[in-house]
Formats: sequence, structure tokens, C-alpha cells
Amino acid sequence: MSVDFRRGDLPTLPDSAPVTLIDDEGHRAADARDGGFDFPGADELKSLYRKMVVARRFDVQVTTLTRQGRMATYPSALGQEACEIGATAALRAADWLFPTYRDTIALLTRGIDPVDIFPSFRGDWHCGYDPSAHRTAPQATPLATQALHAVGAATAAKLKHDDVATLAFLGDGASSEGETHEAFNFAAVWQAPTVFMLQNNQFAISVPLAKQSHARMLADKAVGYGMPGYRVDGNDVAAVYAVVKSALGRARAGGGPTLVEGLTYRIEAHTNSDDPSRYRDDADVATWKTRDPIERLEKYLLSTGLLGEDDRRSIAAEAEDLAARTRDAVSAETTLDPLEMFDHVYAAERPEMRRQRDFLAAELARSDEATGANA
Amino acid sequence: MSAHIDAPAEPGVAATPTSMQAALNAALRDALTEDPSVVVYGEDVGPLGGVFRVTDGLAGEFGQERVWDSPLAEAGIVGTAIGMAMYGMRPVVEMQFDAFSYPAFQQVVSHLAKMRNRTKGAVSMPVVVRIPYAGGVGGVEHHSDSSEAYWTHTPGLTVVTPSTPSDAYSMLREAIASDDPVIFLEPKSRYWPKEELALPVRTEPMCTARVVREGADVTLLAYGATVKTALEAAELGGQEGLDVEVIDLRSLSPFDDETVDKSVRKTSRAAVVHEASKFVGYGAEVAARVTERNFYYLAAPVLRVTGFDIPYPSPKLEEFHLPTAERILDALDTWDWEA
Ligand SMILES: Cc1ncc(C[n+]2csc(CCOP(=O)(O)OP(=O)(O)O)c2C)c(N)n1
Repeated sequence: MSVDFRRGDLPTLPDSAPVTLIDDEGHRAADARDGGFDFPGADELKSLYRKMVVARRFDVQVTTLTRQGRMATYPSALGQEACEIGATAALRAADWLFPTYRDTIALLTRGIDPVDIFPSFRGDWHCGYDPSAHRTAPQATPLATQALHAVGAATAAKLKHDDVATLAFLGDGASSEGETHEAFNFAAVWQAPTVFMLQNNQFAISVPLAKQSHARMLADKAVGYGMPGYRVDGNDVAAVYAVVKSALGRARAGGGPTLVEGLTYRIEAHTNSDDPSRYRDDADVATWKTRDPIERLEKYLLSTGLLGEDDRRSIAAEAEDLAARTRDAVSAETTLDPLEMFDHVYAAERPEMRRQRDFLAAELARSDEATGANA
Repeated sequence: MSAHIDAPAEPGVAATPTSMQAALNAALRDALTEDPSVVVYGEDVGPLGGVFRVTDGLAGEFGQERVWDSPLAEAGIVGTAIGMAMYGMRPVVEMQFDAFSYPAFQQVVSHLAKMRNRTKGAVSMPVVVRIPYAGGVGGVEHHSDSSEAYWTHTPGLTVVTPSTPSDAYSMLREAIASDDPVIFLEPKSRYWPKEELALPVRTEPMCTARVVREGADVTLLAYGATVKTALEAAELGGQEGLDVEVIDLRSLSPFDDETVDKSVRKTSRAAVVHEASKFVGYGAEVAARVTERNFYYLAAPVLRVTGFDIPYPSPKLEEFHLPTAERILDALDTWDWEA
């Protein structure tokens, strides 16, 4: 929209040293790398810690259930909790989230019940929650497509003068897709209140970043579109939270979109059907495990006396409770109504759809009769 | 062909010669006026008014927050429309030409068409994708494709194509009001011919076919630009004593079986006419379903009179590719009329 063309200060290349607020050792980073972002308050940090611990327990539980064959597939985000939780925790309730298949634990921060998250991974239905109720789009599987939806929703919010921003997750592999380019460009030209959270977890299934992009770093890409880019330490939840929160605030205030590259690592396999030993070094994985986002914040919270034994007990209890609920929910027999397949294809009724539904209904009735007769 | 048109909504408004381009423009204007959630965007649709001038004057009238030029990126146009629809808008977007809609294929097929189903009905996609399509206007390469088979093969989409200015107005209004995504195919060669018309006008419901010419001997099933060709064939056939019924399908998906069945059972012979290639084309669906539903009423196999199975030819060759009235009548001649 031409009203929104801004030709003020165009952004310069981001700093290649990632924004870090709490370093690997759990100390508050003292140097200039914090980029002037607000260090989160004690309550915010404790809440982020709680969310990460609970999300990790959930992630591990679901991976286990998947290995047991009780889920069809599950892409784990183990090791990426700081990006997933830090970015989504910065959203307000009225903001919209546009997640991918990888971002299941981010859904927890939107108040979506795990019971409603499973249907797609268990094979019951494609999306199990009401996107409007949680202001969270269905998890997108085609790469980069959701980034455009985030820009569209953000632009609609802006046209309606709503104080709302959107957050889209992207992977490093997805950054090569044409639709990523289109999303960045639309967002910048329309000055859409959107934040792109690009999780650079180093691999797209088996393909390392070096074979994906020849850029100095993915955050640099922002500059070509005329939007600011930041590289953050993606295992530092304080940094992710602070940078995304500031970007969302700027977006809501009419300052346009931001690209945030979170430098992190996928500890688990791509999905349960992947064999990472074929393409990556165990030594690398071991190194990244020493940079664990949860341990890092825990060290900080313990050393500053912000985390007491009571807190740890209650967090552990919440995590176990969610894990148990998750196990029960996944193990519970579900009854699916095959006829519902026809119910949500069109808003307007279609004669042909009714005929096909009737056909299946008759077939089901016949097989019920047959099994009834055999019983 | 204006016999089917209801009386104009405002009595006393005189009918004037109106083109499909003008009717579409009026439909957009009226929709924008009535519903603040309607927005119109795409390539060059702003001050220029679109390369076919369908959005002429709208940007000036409604402002850049309702009608605007988007960046030049089709996936981006449809993808952002999906996000807008999720946020309660009713976007009407334009693909500049048929063959330039292909970059948006993934957004249409994987998301626009499926969002309602994925979310068990929680999220509607009231999006209209307008696509000027088909040939006959001397367009260069990539400006004359008939892509209906790609779209109609996709569950979740409604695919319609008007052949007259009155239908263009009425169907576009209905498409914009629909809670389902609509691929709105505009036959380029029909943009400029005029019809005596007083707008606004409402014709038959968008998802129905219409008998545009009654006849007893054979049913021609046509849509978009080929309705005109079929009517020419009917005229020509009439001179030879052949009584041809012509149906304008109007809606390609859903397919109006009732109207077609009724006609075919009366005439016992049917041929479908389209510009697109024959192989796995839309006519294959029409022939198959007409046969499945009416086999014992048919005196002859359902015929397809279509473009050849070639990429759309260069402008100077398109007349050899497109179905003509003669070609339709020649095809009908292949039947054993004594059977
Ligand atoms: C358009 C498209 N092409 C290919 C795939 C198959 N695929 C699924 S995940 C993936 C790798 C994505 O890597 P990245 O964007 O880095 O995200 P990550 O899985 O690491 O979170 C590929 C190639 C897909 N989902 N969509």
C-alpha cells in the first residue's frame, strides 16, 4: 500500500556476533553484544525457564511415544526450546502465530491443549485445534508457505487498525524457498507488523547450511528487503525473548517487519524416520549439548538465587503432569467418524459431496451389519 | 441472450450496452461499497486499473487501503490473501494472466483449498482469485492458457467462468460473498463484447448451468469463450436442419448434473467443447460423468471438441488450434445419426 512506503533510515548489515544476554556459562553477558535490548525481569526469566522445562519434558515424551509407534510422526524441537519458547512467549494473546511442523512446543505457550495438538501427528486429522480461538494457524508442512500467511494476517490487522502483530517461524532450509523471499519482500513493502523467527538449526533434514546458502549469515538477508535483521544466540532464551519482544513492539508501533535469525542446533533426528548419523558428527552434537538452553538459564537462575527448591519441585511436577496427561491422551482409543471427511470441504453444500458421503455411509452400514451378523 | 436476466434491482434504470469488463468492474465496486472487509489487490490493479481495466477507477474511489498494487509475486498474492482471510477479510486478488498463476499453485492447492478441511470448518477462506484465461485474443506465449483442469481437480475450490456480462456481474458478486474460495476464470475474448444491460443484475445462482439455446437433437456443453462458438455451431447446424441445444456450464466445479442430465436425456447426444487440451482435460470429466449417469439414454458416445494436445500456439496459429463451429459440426458428423 503506497501510504506505507517509508524511506527513512534503511537498515545496515547486522552484527555477526549473536545477541547474547546470558552466556554459555550462565553468566550475564557483560560485553556490548546485548545490542541494547532489555534484559528480561526475574519473573519473566523464571516463567521462560518453567515453560522450557515443561516443553522439553513434553517433547521427550512425544518422541518416546512416537518410537513406540503410538504416533505416526513427530519432528522434535529438543535443543531449540530457547527459540521456540522465547519467541512465542513474547507474543500477546491477540497476536497471531504461524508455526511449522517443527514448532509443536511453541503451541503449548499459546494455551493449546496437547490433546488438540496430537490429532495431526497421530493421523486423526490435519489440525486438531481451532486456529481462531488460539490465534495460531495450523502447523504448515509445505516449507515457507506460512510466512506469507503471517504477512497477510499482519496486513489485515493493520488495515483494521488493530494493535496486533504476527510471528512466523521458518527454518534455515526454508530460507531458500521462493516464498520466503516473497514473504520478506511483501512484509517490507507493506510495512506489515510481522516478525520472522528463522531458526537456524544448521540442517535441513541432511543438508547443512553451507550447501543451503552462500550468504555470510541468514540474518543478512533482511537488509536487501529494507528491514532490520538480527542474529541472536538461539540457545539463550533471554536474548531471543528480548529481541523478538522488541521487534514485535516496533511492528505494532508501525515500524514494519523484522527478521530474527536464531543460531541453534537440532539435537534429535529430523523426525523419527531420519538417521542423522549419516550426515553429521557425534562430536558436533556433543558440543551443542554443552550449550543446552535450559541448563544455561538454570545456571543463571541458581547463581542469582532466583530459582529455589520449591520452584524446581513445582516445575518438575507440572512437567510430569503434562507428560502423564500426554501419555494418557495419546494412548486413549479415539473413535473417528469417517463420514466427517466430507463435512468440512466446502461451506456451501454440494450434491456430489452428499452422494459420496451417502455412498460411504451405506458401505459402512453394510460392513456393520456383516460384523454384527458374524458376532 | 438476456432473456434469463431478472429485472434490474433498481426499476427504471435503462439498459445500456455493457461489456464483461465493465460488469466485473461494477461488481467489484458494489462489493467494495457494501462490505468493508472486501479488499482488492494484485499486479497493476491500482492506478492503472489492471491490464484489462477490470479494476479501473477503484483505487481512486476506495483508496489505497482497499485497492492497491501488490509486489509482483503470485504466490505472495495468494499467500497473503490466505492470511488476510484468516484475519476476517474478503480479499479479491488478480492473477494477471492464466499462465502466471502457476507460481501460486502451491498456495492455492495446498492451503487455500484445504484450510477449511484442515481445521474442521473453523477457518473459512472467502478468497476470490480472478484469472483472465484462455485465448483467441492474439496473446503471446503464456497469455492464453486454459488452466481449469488444474483447479477443478482440487477439492475445496469452487471454479466458475461467466460467458456474458450479466453473468460476470452476478457471479462475481456471489463469488465474493461465498465463504468458499473461488477461482474466477474470466474468458479474455469475452471481455469486450457488449450486452444490453442495466446493472446491478442477478442471474441464476453461481453454481448452476444454464440452457442458453433449446434444441431437440444434440446437447453442446460449453463454458467461457466456447459458449459463443457453440452458439455459432447451433446457428450453422440449424441451417442444415440440426436442432442444437447449448448449455453454458458456468460452474465447472461444482458440476450441475441435473441441468445437464435433463438436456442429455432429451436429446440423447452430447458433445463438450473447450479450448484446453483434450488429454486429461475438463472434457474428459464431463464425458465420463454424462456417460455414467445417462448411458442408457445416449444414442452415441459423448464427444470432446477441444484444443490440440500442444502447448498453446503462437498468435498466428491459434485459429488452427481453437475449436470452431465447423469443427464442432464435423465432430457431430462422426456419429451414426441413424442409430
Ligand atoms: C516445499 C517443500 N519442499 C520439501 C519439503 C520436505 N521437507 C520437510 S522438512 C525439510 C527440511 C526443512 O529444513 P529447515 O527449513 O531447516 O527446517 P527444520 O526441519 O530444520 O526445522 C524438507 C526438505 C517440504 N516440507 N516442503
